[in-house]
Amino acid sequence: MLSSIMPTPKRLRDLIREIRSARTAADERAVVQKECAAIRESFRETDNTYRCRNVAKLLYIHMLGYPAHFGQLECLKLIASQRFTDKRIGYLGAMLLLDERQDIHLLVTNSLKNDLSHQTQYIQSLALCTMGSICSAEMSRDLAGEIEKLIKSSNAYVKKKAILCAFRVLRKVPDLMEMFIPSTRALLNEKNHGVLLTAVCLITEMCEKSPDTLMHFRKVVPQLVRILKNLIMAGYSPEHDVSGVSDPFLQVKILHLLRVLGKNDVEASETMNDILAQVATNTDTSKNVGHAILYEIVLTIMGIKSEAGLRVLAVNILGRFLLNNDKNIRYVALNTLLRVVSADNNAVQRHRTTIVDCLKDPDISIRRRAVELSFALVNSNNIRGMMKELLSYLENCDPEFKSDCCSNIVFAAEKYSPNKRWHIDTVMKVLTTAGNYVKSDLVSILIQMIAETTQLHAYTVQQLFLAMQRDISQQPLVQVASWCIGEYGEQLFNTTVEDAEAINVTEEEVVNVLEKVLISKMSAVETKEYAITALLKLSTRFKSMSEKIKRIISVYSRSTNVELQQRSVEYTSLFDKYDQMRSALLEQMPLMENRSKSVFAANGETSEGNDVLLSTTENVVRTNAENKQHITAPSVSQNILDLLDVSSSPVIPSKQEPPSKSGGVDLLDLLGGVASLATEPAIPNLVPVAPSVNLIDGLIGSAAHNNLLNGSAGFSSTFTAFSKNGLLVEFACERDGGQPTVTSISMKATNSTPTPISEFVFQAAVPKSFQVQLESPSGNFIPPLNGGGVTQLIKVSNPQKQSIRMRIRLTYKHNGNSVTEMGEVNSFPPELWQ
Amino acid sequence: MIKFLLLVNKHGQLRISKHYQYMEKEDKQRLEKELIGICLKRGDKKSSFLEYQDFVLIYRCYVDLFFIAGVTKDENEIAIYEFFHLILETLDKYFPKLSEVDIQFNLDKVHMILDEMIINGNIVETSPVRILAPIQLLDTAKR
Repeated sequence: MLSSIMPTPKRLRDLIREIRSARTAADERAVVQKECAAIRESFRETDNTYRCRNVAKLLYIHMLGYPAHFGQLECLKLIASQRFTDKRIGYLGAMLLLDERQDIHLLVTNSLKNDLSHQTQYIQSLALCTMGSICSAEMSRDLAGEIEKLIKSSNAYVKKKAILCAFRVLRKVPDLMEMFIPSTRALLNEKNHGVLLTAVCLITEMCEKSPDTLMHFRKVVPQLVRILKNLIMAGYSPEHDVSGVSDPFLQVKILHLLRVLGKNDVEASETMNDILAQVATNTDTSKNVGHAILYEIVLTIMGIKSEAGLRVLAVNILGRFLLNNDKNIRYVALNTLLRVVSADNNAVQRHRTTIVDCLKDPDISIRRRAVELSFALVNSNNIRGMMKELLSYLENCDPEFKSDCCSNIVFAAEKYSPNKRWHIDTVMKVLTTAGNYVKSDLVSILIQMIAETTQLHAYTVQQLFLAMQRDISQQPLVQVASWCIGEYGEQLFNTTVEDAEAINVTEEEVVNVLEKVLISKMSAVETKEYAITALLKLSTRFKSMSEKIKRIISVYSRSTNVELQQRSVEYTSLFDKYDQMRSALLEQMPLMENRSKSVFAANGETSEGNDVLLSTTENVVRTNAENKQHITAPSVSQNILDLLDVSSSPVIPSKQEPPSKSGGVDLLDLLGGVASLATEPAIPNLVPVAPSVNLIDGLIGSAAHNNLLNGSAGFSSTFTAFSKNGLLVEFACERDGGQPTVTSISMKATNSTPTPISEFVFQAAVPKSFQVQLESPSGNFIPPLNGGGVTQLIKVSNPQKQSIRMRIRLTYKHNGNSVTEMGEVNSFPPELWQ
Repeated sequence: MIKFLLLVNKHGQLRISKHYQYMEKEDKQRLEKELIGICLKRGDKKSSFLEYQDFVLIYRCYVDLFFIAGVTKDENEIAIYEFFHLILETLDKYFPKLSEVDIQFNLDKVHMILDEMIINGNIVETSPVRILAPIQLLDTAKR
């Protein structure tokens, strides 16, 4: 006897008890391991008395997360058994334990084929159910015929399951669709709910997969309408009622299919208009299932070519959902409103107040959708009210949403503000409430906006000063405030501001606050840069403070930060050597042009925007120069003009510039780098000339050129080699001092989009008469929003001194897409080889 | 379409896991663990639906039992939420005074009931009487 060799295996019940009583995880593991060993042992003995029990235990162990795949073959043996109980556990095991291994699937296919044509419906059902969950493409091809036969069976119990198996088969092998279409179409005449439910599912799947089939099934719309009508009118199957609603699951599926069929089809949509209105008005919403139907019907009405009246009805249903106590219903409503708001803005507007109330919802995902929807609803009629709500949301919302919310508020205010004063107030509120969450690109946009609002300069600068005085730790606020105080400092003492109390400050207090910003440990370097420039500007506006300011600035000539140090050194020399020019250099910035474009450039399509910005700033520099011509003494203005001319005209190497006057010579020495570096995009190099650069720095994000002060001996030039979709590749070319035929090009790639670029590879090719050598790049990852870049050194040797031409190829990943770009660079300045 | 259905007790222990789309065992276990953690933590102030990766996560809590399902984005969330209730009612009809222990000791039966209700991630039958008929038949045959 076998039992004399081996003890009877534990019963499943006992095993469960034992596992449940295990005190620790280790105890449990020990029990399971011991049992697994016993089960393996028993599998090895080809005894089949206890196979079923063992597999059942193994399934329990599997559920606990332990490996149980050694039971796979045993399952197959059980499936092949004649006993129903064995088959049942065997198929269950197959569903839970089988993996995608082909050989095992092959074994199952045979058993499935036999069982699908078994005379007992329960065994057929087991096979169908298993097939529905593990069917592979191979199996689908092998068994499609059996499934199709079963769909036509007169037994509803088998039929409904076969229909869903067909669903699986079509998912795996869409080519088999043709074969199922006739039998599927006949299914809609059935009365059985299970069959109807599964048939609708299958038809939906078929229509979504193939446009031809979709056309074919458009004919069944009247039939579907009739089924739906019967459902809501007669409620003819009480056993499918769910709390008084007649088979809601079937209703939902039919509505879904109607949506698929009515999409972009006027005729089909017209056929269903009436029934949709009927269902929408007759569904009982005192029960939750009613909401499921209404939700589906809203989706369908919005998804097809429905009448305007019906669409309003749908949006109103969602409006009612928003007032529901159930958070799930509110969530669904907001989600759906978000989808339809662009198409039916007016209808959604009517529920604005309810939507705005959802900004205070305890559920974060509801709040997130409500805020998105609120921004979509803002227009010039409701801006004041909406902004009030959105600003209070901004104050209380989770940190992760703050920056986006700020940007959205600023853009909405930009677009719809009723007047300038309100606009400035809103922006100010954003700066004070969101603090450090304000994105850095907003700073430059705000500065530009404030600069443009000339009539409110006094008001703005006073308010900003007060806000900054209260809190110097909010970087974006301090940056904007510093810039404005630098520009419009004298307006702080303007007492004729409308509807606002004049503030009472002294020049010294203003300087003190800026000094505090410079000293504060909380200030970012960028903020300090703004502050130091503001101080410099104030030195001409507050004459009495000049000495003090000079002292403050000079301290930073020893700063460890290169940028600050450079500014300090340059500014100090403005005090010492060029004092007579200082006031002219520090004039107020002229207004920028082309603003509307630049604002949105910073928010989106960037490469184009950058061009706009560059040309804008160039205009500024030009107007600046023109202004100076009128204001300043001729000798000085001449020099400045020389200097600025360089930036807009083609390159003039510094050595060719004849030093004419003593002041000018010094200035050229100081700024020699500028003159030699300057070509079109060389504006950032003008740092010492006008603080406008601060603004430009922020916008185009180009790091300051630290080699400004080196009057380089050889020729050098910087230009844009490639710019597209936010990726900017700049070439800084230099003629090698030692080898005159070699040009070194330093490639710098930056990314102004909000998402990072990865796997960036730069390749270059030149005609045969040249030789190119690429050194290894500094990396392959470019952070977003100009937060850094990749640099790579390229050496081109040009023995024949021809004009340099180069082809470049860029590959990178952005937003998950692989991108390849090619370009040709022909704009190398001739000085590189002549 | 339902991608998977999990039944979990209030301690986060998995009681039933049915997947209707193939997934490697390791991925499956990692996903289950993560989702259970998310659902148990959310509390009742938050909505029962949330977007997760490429699907929508729906969960519902009854005393000591959590229903968790991942469904494709075209599925009606409220309907699935109500479907959980239908599953519960059906189980309750079969196991008088249903508790978590019943599920543990009758794993195969619960699977059988669920298989009568869902095939390949789609609902196949919604009438509790019809769902339970084959299982009750099996029980009488055994006796």
